Parts: sequence; C-alpha cells; structure tokens
Amino acid sequence: MSPHSSAPDQTGQDRTIHQPIRPARHPGRWVAIAFVVLLVAMFVNTLITNPRFEWPVVAQYFTSGTILLGVQRTLELTAIAMLSGVGLGVVLAVMRLSPNPVLSSASWLFVWFFRGSPLLVQLLLWYNLSALFPDISLGIPFTGVEFIKIDANVLITPYLAALLGLGLNEAAYSAEIIRAGIISIDHGQTEAAQSIGMSRGRLLRRVVLPQAMRVIIPPLGNDTINMLKMSALVSIIAVPELLFAAQTIYSRTFETIPLLLVAVIWYLIVVSVLSAIQYYIERYYARGASRNLPLTPLQALRKFFGIRFGARPSTAR
Amino acid sequence: MSVESKETSPRIMVQATGVRKSFGPLEVLKGIDLALPHGEVMCLLGQSGSGKSTFLRCINHLERIDFGRIRVDGDLIGYNEKNGYLREMHEHEIARQRIHIGMVFQHFNLFPHMTALQNVIEGPIGVKREKRDEVRERAVAILERVGLADKLDAYPRQLSGGQQQRVAIARALAMRPKLILFDEPTSALDPELVSDVLDVMRDLAESGMTMIVVTHEIAFAREVADRVVFMADGEIVEQGRPGEVLGNPKHPQTQAFLAKVLV
Repeated sequence: MSPHSSAPDQTGQDRTIHQPIRPARHPGRWVAIAFVVLLVAMFVNTLITNPRFEWPVVAQYFTSGTILLGVQRTLELTAIAMLSGVGLGVVLAVMRLSPNPVLSSASWLFVWFFRGSPLLVQLLLWYNLSALFPDISLGIPFTGVEFIKIDANVLITPYLAALLGLGLNEAAYSAEIIRAGIISIDHGQTEAAQSIGMSRGRLLRRVVLPQAMRVIIPPLGNDTINMLKMSALVSIIAVPELLFAAQTIYSRTFETIPLLLVAVIWYLIVVSVLSAIQYYIERYYARGASRNLPLTPLQALRKFFGIRFGARPSTAR
Repeated sequence: MSVESKETSPRIMVQATGVRKSFGPLEVLKGIDLALPHGEVMCLLGQSGSGKSTFLRCINHLERIDFGRIRVDGDLIGYNEKNGYLREMHEHEIARQRIHIGMVFQHFNLFPHMTALQNVIEGPIGVKREKRDEVRERAVAILERVGLADKLDAYPRQLSGGQQQRVAIARALAMRPKLILFDEPTSALDPELVSDVLDVMRDLAESGMTMIVVTHEIAFAREVADRVVFMADGEIVEQGRPGEVLGNPKHPQTQAFLAKVLV
C-alpha cells in the first residue's frame, strides 16, 4: 500500500486516489430502525404483560379436541373446495376458449354469476335451497319421470351447502386463472405438438398445462390461502370448522379473546405450511424454465454457511 | 410405407394442384401446382411474403386451403372427398395424417419443460404408442446422429439455438416420417451455428429422406436440392434443377432476388 503522505505524489495526483472508496452514509436508516425496534418492543411488552391475553387459556385450548376437530374440518373444507373448484375451473377455462360460442358463453355466464355475487350470500342461498326447491329429484326433464326424489333439507346439509358455496366460487376464480395460464403459452407449442400428430386432449395435458402451471400456481396458491380463511365464513351456517369451534367454546366460557387467538394461531400455522408446499410445487414446475433450478431453502442455507465458513462451494451449479 | 399403387402416380410424394389460400381479402397463394417425387429434396425460395411458408404449412394442414388439393403419398390432406366436394376432416383424422409428415420450425418450438430426450420420445410413445424401450434406444441413436449424444438430459433452454434445432430435427425423425417440412430452419440462428444444422440436413438428404425446405440459404439449395422452386406473390414463377434456376434464372423476379441475396 502507498505511504500516507499529505503532499501530492510525483505525478501530481491527489493522494485520495489511494484511499478505499467508502459507502454513502444513511443516518435516516438508523432512525427508521430505532422506530421499528421501539414498536416491536412495545408490542412484545403488551403480549407479555397484558393479563387479558390469558396465554394459559390459549395453551389449554390450543390442542383441545373441539379445536383440533375444527382444524381438521377447516382443512377438509379447504381441500375439497379447492380440488373440486380447480377441477371445474379447468373445464370452464377450456369451455371459455372453445370455438363453440354456446360453450364459451355458458362458461362466461357461470363466472359472471359466481364471481359477481358475495360468497356470504351464495352460502346463505345454498343453505336455504330447500325454501326454493323443497324436493330434489333425478329424472327425465319435462316428462315428470323421476328415478330418485330427496327432500332438499335432508340432501343439502350445512356441510354440503358450505362445499357448494366455496367450491363453485373457487371454480369461477380459478377458471380465469387457468385461462390466463393457457393463453400465456406460445402458439408455436401447439403447432409443434400438432405436427407430431398429438390430439387436442393430449396437447392440453402434456404440453400446455404443464407449462401454464408456472403462471397458474402462484395465484392458485393465493386462492388456497384465501380459501382457508374464507372457510371461516361457513361458521355462519353452523358448520363446525375452526372458527365455529372456537365460538362454541367461548360462548360457554366467555374467554373470547384467548379462543380467537387460538384460531388465529392455527390459521397462521396452516398458512405457513401451505406457503412452503407452494414453494416446492413452483420449483417442480420451474424445471426447464430457467437454466438452473432455484435452491431449496435448505440448499440455500447450506450454501450460505458454506461461504460464511470459508468452505469453497464445489460446483456453483 | 411401401404401399405401391395409389390412384395418383405412385412415385410422387407431394402433389399440389391449384392450391389457393386467402387471409381475409389478401390472397397469399394463387394456385400452386407442384409435384415432388419420393426421396427428393425441394428448396422453396422467394422473398418474405411470397407465400412459401404458408404453402409449407398447408402441406400438414396447419393452415387450411380454400381451393385445390394437396396429396402426400397419395392421401388427400385435411379433407375428405365425397360426391365431388371436399369436407374438412375431424381433428383426430388430421392428427393421424400428420404422424407421417415431420415439421421443423424456424423457432424450434421444442417443449421447454421436457429434456432433449423426452422431446424426442414424446411423439412415438405418446402418439404412436410404440414400446418405450425401443423408442428410447432409437431416440438416443438419432440424437447421436445429430451430434447431441451428450445432451440427452439437457433442457432446451440449456442448449444453443443450433443444438435446439437439431433436437427439433431429431423429434421429427423419431416419428419415422415419409416427409419432413423445414420452415426456415436456420433463420433464427447465429451465423456460426447455421452450418451444424445444415450438415444434419445434408446428411438426411443423402440418406434418402424426402424434404421440402423453405430457406434463404442459396448455397445449401444449390448443393443439396434436387429441385428449386422460386415463389413470388403467391405464385411459382420458376422451378427446375438448382443449376438452371440459380445459375441461369429466366424470370426477372428470380434474377432480382438472386442479385440481392448473392452479393
């Protein structure tokens, strides 16, 4: 390194030429950090010192039978509503893209109705379906011939009403997501598939949908998380899911806040797990889309510490 | 495919008669007539917009034609003839015809979510329902033949343009087609990668594959083609042996085009 002399060197250059370049100062950042730390400290303090949180009660009910059954019901509702919703969504998306104007308009109409009216209202409509159709029967239309006839009150249980409401609503939303995914695929893919004699169905299954997944999965993950939370709405038609379970307990014990906290914590846990699953699904469908697959969190961690501890990462790929 | 006698003359692979096609008010093919015998290579030349790519795409019915007939190995493509008029075939019938007609695109159009090998075996296994082991063996051999023995498990995005185009040729070959259509196969490639692809195509031509190539590679046409067809404004203005058409063009438009290309 050059000696520190206050005089300019022989070439007449300023001596600062030899000084390392320093990053800019950001005093504002320190103020912001202090402010955020203060807020977090206040929040943690109130969590600990405010006795009305009643943490012992939270702990007591966290794994109680009623709550766990509620969690299970919530997961069930979410899974069935999402699966049937996305399945129907694929059909609706394909219908919407069909050259047949009747199919395409029917799909549009479906989406228009189920996306256009509030989910809560739809749930109440399904729940009260028996007021509109007292009996539901299977037969030949317009002939009066009936094979099976069931009292709507028996057939449409609150649970089925919840599934219908959530599932059909999801179908409308996912139809648009899937349609967006399908039309995002370059037409050259279709032509290449046709040129090797692929049928329309196989083209969709093997070529278009696997690629469209990259576009479809993130918003569908969003929908799944949304669905998990929206399923709390069905507590209004007395389906014993997580929120309803918490409500039944606190209506008895009046420990409202701690039981709502139990529900919130469970929702957060499930959402975290779902987010992790989504990450891995996205990674799976990324194959071929980028030159190298993104690292899993575990690999990223290993790489991070590998560099920290000076171990040379053997192959960067 | 040694069905000897069909109604049209047996040695003709591609026969086009009076093929016309419009996009809206614009007529892009104004009555194309040509015949290509088995095992020959035809290069289609002409300026952009002359209709050569459109015509090529009509041969495997990626484009509908408005009038005329296209026969491949005696079979009418895309339409059924009944009582003197034509009716378009169902999707699955057209798909069955396309099995015998390979196609290589300007932008490769490989399936990006499949490896090179998966791209090549997809057709024979998924469409022709052939046995996986046999197809795999054959696909590996084909990929070796196009010089990609070490890229079997590479995804298209990990390959250069020239390598991708050779995978695309392998994908077409794996279907054991009677005929392969090439739609400007080297136009999207960097100049230094063009020769790799042309070498593979030359090799194919020498092995007796019937090929129609839309191209701007005059040198390739001169060397490999059995006949050269020059198109302008939706019509064939000149055709014949490459030596005649390229060496001694008669039509002024061919002369003008070649003057521009062969600087």
